[in-house]
Amino acid sequence: MARVHSIESCGLFDGPGVRMVVFLQGCQMRCRYCHNPDTWELPGGTVMQESDLVARARRFAPYIRRRGGVTVGGGEPLLQRHFLARYFRDLQAEGFHTALDTNGYAPDDALTRQVLASTNLVILDLKALPEDYPSVTGLSGVRTFGFLDLLTALDIPTWIRHVVVPGLTGSAATAAGLAQRLAGRRNIERVELLPYHRMGLAKYAQMGLQDPLPGTEPPDAAYLAAAAEPFRAAGLPLQP
Amino acid sequence: MSTAMSIQLAKNPEPWAGFTSGPWQDTVDVRDFIQHNLTPFTGDGDFLAGPTPRTAALWTRVLDLFRQERASEKGVLDVDPTLPSTITAFRAGYIDRDQELIVGLQTDAPLKRALMPNGGLRMAQAALTETGREMPADLVAWYAAHRKTHNEGVFDAYTPEMRAVRKSGIVTGLPDAYGRGRIIGDYRRLALYGADRLIRAKEAEKTATDFEPMSDTVIRQREETSEQIRALKAIIAMAATYGCDVRRPAATGREAIQWTYLAYLAATKEQNGAAMSLGRVSSFWDIYLQRDIAAGRLTEEQAQELIDDVVIKLRLIRFLRTDEYNQLFTGDPVWVTESIAGMSLDGRTQVTKSSFRILHTLRNLGASPEPNLTVLWSEQLPEGFKRFCAEISIGTSSIQYENDDLMRPRYGDDYGIACCVSPMPLGKAMQFFGARANLAKTLLYAINGGRDELSGEQVGPAGSVVADEVLDFDAVMVRFDAMMEWLARVYVSTLNVIHYMHDRYCYEAAQMAFYDREVTRTLGCGIAGLSVVADSLSAIKYAKVRPVRDARGLVVDYHIEGTYPAYGNDDDRVDTLAVDVVGRFMDKIRRIPTYRNAIPTQSVLTITSNVVYGKKTGSTPDGRKHGDPFAPGANPMHGRDALGAVASLTSVAKLPFDEARDGISNTFSILPQALGRCDSDRCTNLTNILDGYFAQSAQHMNVNVLNRETLREAMAHPERFPQLTVRVSGYAVHFIKLTREQQEDVVNRTFHGAV
Repeated sequence: MARVHSIESCGLFDGPGVRMVVFLQGCQMRCRYCHNPDTWELPGGTVMQESDLVARARRFAPYIRRRGGVTVGGGEPLLQRHFLARYFRDLQAEGFHTALDTNGYAPDDALTRQVLASTNLVILDLKALPEDYPSVTGLSGVRTFGFLDLLTALDIPTWIRHVVVPGLTGSAATAAGLAQRLAGRRNIERVELLPYHRMGLAKYAQMGLQDPLPGTEPPDAAYLAAAAEPFRAAGLPLQP
Repeated sequence: MSTAMSIQLAKNPEPWAGFTSGPWQDTVDVRDFIQHNLTPFTGDGDFLAGPTPRTAALWTRVLDLFRQERASEKGVLDVDPTLPSTITAFRAGYIDRDQELIVGLQTDAPLKRALMPNGGLRMAQAALTETGREMPADLVAWYAAHRKTHNEGVFDAYTPEMRAVRKSGIVTGLPDAYGRGRIIGDYRRLALYGADRLIRAKEAEKTATDFEPMSDTVIRQREETSEQIRALKAIIAMAATYGCDVRRPAATGREAIQWTYLAYLAATKEQNGAAMSLGRVSSFWDIYLQRDIAAGRLTEEQAQELIDDVVIKLRLIRFLRTDEYNQLFTGDPVWVTESIAGMSLDGRTQVTKSSFRILHTLRNLGASPEPNLTVLWSEQLPEGFKRFCAEISIGTSSIQYENDDLMRPRYGDDYGIACCVSPMPLGKAMQFFGARANLAKTLLYAINGGRDELSGEQVGPAGSVVADEVLDFDAVMVRFDAMMEWLARVYVSTLNVIHYMHDRYCYEAAQMAFYDREVTRTLGCGIAGLSVVADSLSAIKYAKVRPVRDARGLVVDYHIEGTYPAYGNDDDRVDTLAVDVVGRFMDKIRRIPTYRNAIPTQSVLTITSNVVYGKKTGSTPDGRKHGDPFAPGANPMHGRDALGAVASLTSVAKLPFDEARDGISNTFSILPQALGRCDSDRCTNLTNILDGYFAQSAQHMNVNVLNRETLREAMAHPERFPQLTVRVSGYAVHFIKLTREQQEDVVNRTFHGAV
């Protein structure tokens, strides 16, 4: 069983090709720029059977089996590791490519490794440098960077994402620090810098929550270019 | 070398020199010729040439004509109100005689429309009057006294019931006062064989029945064949005014294109048909172009220039139509549908360099709704071609895709698409076009005992108005089934009357001249409002729907309590209802005898009439209010597909093609930034979506890759977007030519991937 926030049947960004994306409910982090506050609370969402979600992927197989796959994101999917381990195992058995879109806040234990054993791709969202994690996410960054090391050790193909929020993330120093920690890791296939946007604010208003970043605007081209520079200099596969 | 010398050396080859011989030489069989001579091309578009200065200059002149046309009364630049059109009525016309490589216009001047009263005198008069012109009184008098038209014939035979369904709008768009179209002459035959040979073949067809008992069928066939021979002779005369001797076969690529175009042009001089489609000509032309290129007679740039030039001509085809017609089919559509690519039965692709060249005109000349470029998609198409199509789609929103893997086993490998989605083997099958029945309104009639929910008139068979406080699914289905049965009978009977009269008073001799003697005829019925019906039935079944009655006792609105699964979310609870309705109505159509034993079919297609249908249909049990547009074609209702594009497409793909052989139209609109992060990703994603959809045995997809902001800007400043093209159910249109309501409808329609 899984607690599901929603399903997007035609995800074109979260992994290669056309993907069914299952957004799980619940997240431990409270990133200040989060645009999906409605995924935070666990319990919540819709309870769905693992077998139904496999069947759903099967129905979309003509679109996703050959060149796409299934991505599980959230919320934070690693909060539901028992489900994930079974779901990815069953999907792979039917020839689907599996991707995990995560914040990496998970212990290095047998269950995590079991999930990763059936994961073709991890999309790891690095929110900040470890020391800045508490102020950006409300949690420590130690586990996330440990998770990054685990992915490298297990040689799991990984895309790195970093959301660029002027005044909060993506500064030259942060970018340089992240690039330095990523350089030389051979499992990193892509680095994507995502510009902060304000489209999530409607949800905050709807939920009666305050805008956590009042007055913050999306980054301009110069800010984004400056954030990109260290990654490029480190020879990392930065996506345009 | 002197000029005279080089001209002599470049003398035309024998028409068939260098071609691989085969049965096509002995009988009229273009497919066989193609199969023996086609050179498949599996590369990418790098070889293509841009527009020459000549092309660019000519196109600039045409764009200026388009500007003048848009500024004219009712968007009609000019009409000759005195001269009813025939194949030979007009002297030769040109845009700029010295600059044209392919010649021929419908009248004696570009964009000047022709009068074609044979479909209906009153329609022709009305269309003229709307543009501020009048048909001369003596011409009107002559027609009234001497020439009965299709429209008069139809109304002689219509029953009161037929008039009533027509008036209430439960059946709309019937071709009872305009040309039915949906016939594709195999215009390639003129190029491959020349008119003399075709006339001889037709004479032989006639001779074959010289000693048969003269039944209705034989007499009619003999008369029609004679009409066809007469048309071929007229085509020879018309071509001669342009300096072309089409008695003989075409000998060069340029002539092959010219001959094919003249044959098509003759059809457009004779008929103001609802859809005047071209067939499947580009790969046929390719055989001639490649022969010329191989012989050193032609360069790539010149080959492209020829195709650019004929496409300019095809963009100039116009008909004179009334406001009422334009409401249903907005934007001056002609449906010059050209079917491109596809596979051969033996597994070779029919993609040629000219498949690329004709799509490339969308770059050389810019986006355009016409010709209606239709890619016959197969999973087996070469990857380079798939990506090229995707690139052009993303850049122009001017291409539609239809599933060759679905149609090829049913229609062979030389079929074309008529109009939007109607497949037919070329030169072998034609359609009796049947517009469409409004099934959403039919459901309302079922609830209201056959009374029209707007006018209150008794149109359908008299019954009781539903008395339940909450609609009961099973009870409604019994009523709906009976109402569909009634409608199918009236509808098919009406079409029988129409086509009987059309054959009699408005026969398409110029098109049928390029057909075999034995013609398969289909009766193309159609349905509108499928998603409204499916969702309404779902609401009745899974939520609580309370009918609201007015002072007349008619149900005019519905209160819905709770939620219901909506069509477009890959939810079988409702998708099976949609499938059931399609099959159920088709079954009822099948039970009614058809004129000329036509094979009954139906389409799920609306063109732009989804907006008009919405206006003419009261509130429906799904929560849609009176006046709100239907979704186009087989699309789910706006905004109700909540799980994204693949789920939405999966729902549509469940509709069984064999219950809707005339086609199932789906329009897929997506924001460019939602299709992928970079151009390369967007191409890959679009080809994956097309591969996926067609692997689910779906039939048709319009692809729009557009920004809402662009559309809004075009609404505010139309003059800046003369070529902005959008695909609407089954065809494409210049966005700025849509009515305001239709523009709103396009803008509001589900665009996938709102971030």
